[in-house]
Amino acid sequence: MASKYLTGVGSESKQLATWYFTFAAILFGAQLLFGLIAAIQYVMPGFLYGILDFSIARIIHINALVVWMVFAMFGSVYWLLPDETGIETVGIKIGKLLFWIFAAAIVVVVLVYLLIQVGPADETTIWFITEGREYIEAPRWADWGIVVVALGFVANLFLTGIKGKQTGIVTVLMADMIAFAGLYLAGMFFTDNISVDQYWWWWVIHLWVEATWEVFVGAIAAYGLIKMIGAHRQVVEMWLWIEVAMLFGSGILGLGHHYFWIGTPEYWWEIGALFSALEPLPLVAMFIHVLYDWGKTQGAQEEKGSTVSVVNNKPAFTWFVLNAFGNFLGAGIWGFFHTLPQVNLYTHGTQFTSAHGHLAFFGAYATILIGMMYIAVQGTNGIKIMKHTKASLWGVSMIVSGVVGMTVALTIAGYVQVLVSRAQMGATWAGYFDGQSGMWFSQAMDWRLVMGVVTFLGFIFLAKDLLTTGKNPVHER
Amino acid sequence: MANKSVWSDNRFWRRSAAWVTGFASILLIWLTFDTSAQIAMGNDQDLQNKVTKRVPGPTVINYKITYEMSAKRGHEVPVIGEKEKFFGRDDYSEEEAGALLHLGKLGSQAKNCMDCHTLLGNGAYYAPDLTKAWIDPAWGPNGAMQALTGKNTKEEAMAEFLMHPDQYPTHARMMPDLGITAKEAKGLVAFLKHMSSIDTNGFPRNFGKIEGAVHGK
Repeated sequence: MASKYLTGVGSESKQLATWYFTFAAILFGAQLLFGLIAAIQYVMPGFLYGILDFSIARIIHINALVVWMVFAMFGSVYWLLPDETGIETVGIKIGKLLFWIFAAAIVVVVLVYLLIQVGPADETTIWFITEGREYIEAPRWADWGIVVVALGFVANLFLTGIKGKQTGIVTVLMADMIAFAGLYLAGMFFTDNISVDQYWWWWVIHLWVEATWEVFVGAIAAYGLIKMIGAHRQVVEMWLWIEVAMLFGSGILGLGHHYFWIGTPEYWWEIGALFSALEPLPLVAMFIHVLYDWGKTQGAQEEKGSTVSVVNNKPAFTWFVLNAFGNFLGAGIWGFFHTLPQVNLYTHGTQFTSAHGHLAFFGAYATILIGMMYIAVQGTNGIKIMKHTKASLWGVSMIVSGVVGMTVALTIAGYVQVLVSRAQMGATWAGYFDGQSGMWFSQAMDWRLVMGVVTFLGFIFLAKDLLTTGKNPVHER
Repeated sequence: MANKSVWSDNRFWRRSAAWVTGFASILLIWLTFDTSAQIAMGNDQDLQNKVTKRVPGPTVINYKITYEMSAKRGHEVPVIGEKEKFFGRDDYSEEEAGALLHLGKLGSQAKNCMDCHTLLGNGAYYAPDLTKAWIDPAWGPNGAMQALTGKNTKEEAMAEFLMHPDQYPTHARMMPDLGITAKEAKGLVAFLKHMSSIDTNGFPRNFGKIEGAVHGK
């Protein structure tokens, strides 16, 4: 069932995709390293105190996370565009130039975070050092750079989509990516009113990760199913449209669950609770969809008397299936845990959020983007059937158990905070530290660190596997 | 294929997706207009006339702020009381108070506060939530922080701590010295005082009301 399109040789768009994937993988490593530093600081507060404080480690941890995912998303689009449209990406030369501008800008931003860290309380800091707003700390000059690069990317996508064959997948991506890029503008202004600040800040954060990014995942999963198991396009694209309706139908107004306590009116309790409670439904649908299509295609093949697996890229497909489940578990279940205002009143701003964040970003996005990296590695090396190797299996097992372990540990830590700091002690400074010094809390933080190390070791196996695929004779060419 | 059902028709689902997305977006934009009006910052006139705003004007720093149970709303709300001195004055003009708040909000971003603390519950979880820090008993007359910093008022104790956090360790996890100047510290304290006056629908619950009879250790 190997697709005839799998080769990446000769396509400039696919070459650019591999650049994006490579830089994404490096940033993924940086994300894990700085996450480890922050995790060590929970256990040993004196670690790098005054040199690389928790705030700086965490900025790089979460910014590297967002940026590697954006890079891998851009890479995924550049990879699939020639396959879907049947033509080379329009304006690819500019796309390549923008990649270098983007990568250089990221390096400068990170160096400034590391070396300058904070600035005086004036506009120059906001423009050149940090904007100090979680996830989108990047200074204003970089914001504008990102806008330019994103516009170039969107132009590549639109011009190619219009000129070439416009499949359902490309149509969804075109609509989704312009919303994704446009939403960034909502996070680019300064205001003295912190309620207004956070209102628009959530437009970027929430409408990215709980709306446009999820739709992106739906489109990528559709592409992957067609490429990897030869699923029927008609069926896959029908599901994709249903998913778009469900994801945007619940996710856009699900934004309300961030508006319970930031100064915004009470009606967001009802709106946020209702729509965010519906958010897991499309994730269930996506999970069923992936497994159903797999079973259906395999079954059809077996009916013809062949017992050979329909999957032409085992590691990539493993990550796609993990995505289907991890998205539902991390974003769906762990999100639903604390999305109702009655619960969120006590869990808001505790390690519960952190537990959800870890499993959701991993389950919903890291998994499928790693899957896309495997598809790219298969293509560039001209592999017909890509198999699991020892490194790919160790990589996937250790990363998954590491992230699940961190999530469980952080969930326990969150419980301690909710019970001690919030319910018992009334959320004060003293209450906060009572919760933090609880035995269950500190043991949870120890386990989080251990599981973080497991995740990082898994990443090394993953990197090794991706880098050595070209020379590995186990794959069928 | 003459009797192809609409339920298996891609065009039907594509149109449904477009309609659902459009409808949800329009509803969100409409709600955004309503919310924006409700969270716009009030002014000095409102404060003098006792008009309640979800986000009061900057001159709220001239008043005493408490957090009290509202029987009508079923949770605590910030209550703006009589005049209260802030760094020795209770007559900050709208411009003066606005400038202090502006400096403090800029400072809160320039020093990456949100990457250790939570503000309105959002941020990192490495340090206490700052939403109602201004009314935290730790900084009050019976709390430890005024004695620790050797200051007689809440605002001076907070400013002193912000300027030299490494000199006043309250926990093994210490706040680092972020190079906060005296002027910036004053702005940051004004920002914290203003934030405590925002109506957060009862978050955090029971703030400062429970002394903690049993330690959960």
